[in-house]
Amino acid sequence: MTMANPLRGEVVRLYKNLLFLGREYPKGESYFRERLKRAFLKNKDVRDPEKIKELIGRGEFVIKELEALYFLRKYRAMKQRYYEDKESP
Amino acid sequence: MALRALVGVKRVIDYAVKVRVKPDKTGVVTDGVKHSMNPFCEIAVEEAVRLKEKKIVSEIIAVSCGPQQCQETIRTALAMGADRGIHVEVAAKDAESLGPFQVSKIMAALAKKENVNLVLMGKQAIDDDCNQTGQMTAALLDWPQGTFASEVKVEGEKLTVVREVDGGLETISVKLPAVVTADLRLNEPRYATLPNIMKAKKKKIETVKPSDLGVDITSRIRVLSVEDPPQRLAGVKVETVQDLVSKLKESGRI
Repeated sequence: MTMANPLRGEVVRLYKNLLFLGREYPKGESYFRERLKRAFLKNKDVRDPEKIKELIGRGEFVIKELEALYFLRKYRAMKQRYYEDKESP
Repeated sequence: MALRALVGVKRVIDYAVKVRVKPDKTGVVTDGVKHSMNPFCEIAVEEAVRLKEKKIVSEIIAVSCGPQQCQETIRTALAMGADRGIHVEVAAKDAESLGPFQVSKIMAALAKKENVNLVLMGKQAIDDDCNQTGQMTAALLDWPQGTFASEVKVEGEKLTVVREVDGGLETISVKLPAVVTADLRLNEPRYATLPNIMKAKKKKIETVKPSDLGVDITSRIRVLSVEDPPQRLAGVKVETVQDLVSKLKESGRI
């Protein structure tokens, strides 16, 4: 039994944060959760701390992308419902 | 002078949910339906938080009126950066008839009680689409109002508000204290992330009753009927131009 990786906590936190964001995913929570789990499992054997940090960075980038996606989706819906598009012919 | 801000947040059926009308036409189905903060209220909260980050606002109080679940909405506001919450508890049965008039009386009473000088709200809620609460709150307090705000600037004792009006923008200057209602383009609200929601659990939410504020919440409006919008009728396909012309003549279009 090897000692727990010092980055373990950070990885778990990242997973939880992504899982929380997945609740609002347009294609459904289960769709998101499945893919999220698969993505994490794919890298379960990575031991190099530098590589793990890089992967965490990628996960954090996905969080930013999801937040932007949700914002845009809501903004578009509001714009469509409440504001007539005057530019369109 | 640091401002104290009161922000109204409403719990509504989530914007992405397909709303269904109850078979007895008394309202819409809310049981087991996903709810979240009204998008325009999110914009109001974001504006307050940005003013706090600029050190213009010293404290942000988030208020919501309704049943127990409204605390989740307040929690979202706290996660976005509000300092504390006030939950004005109204039983689910009474909350259905809670309209802009009743809520504005509550907001006005709280604005006085908490000694705030800026009341921020969404311009309207996506459920009843009333667009009245901000205006009525300003009237009850006898404060100036900046509605449909797409830009807010604080300059000393004054507020410069750029308003979205038909076909353009209007810039007004109002004296503080004032009521401001947020339009869609005011800002881009931040996401209430999981770590921030966890941190927000430490922030206080005070629960009060409308009667504690001396507000009577009986409604003066009776909902007669709630109905679906008319369904679009199916179209017809025509084979030739002649068919098209004759069909159009038939329906009296040409």
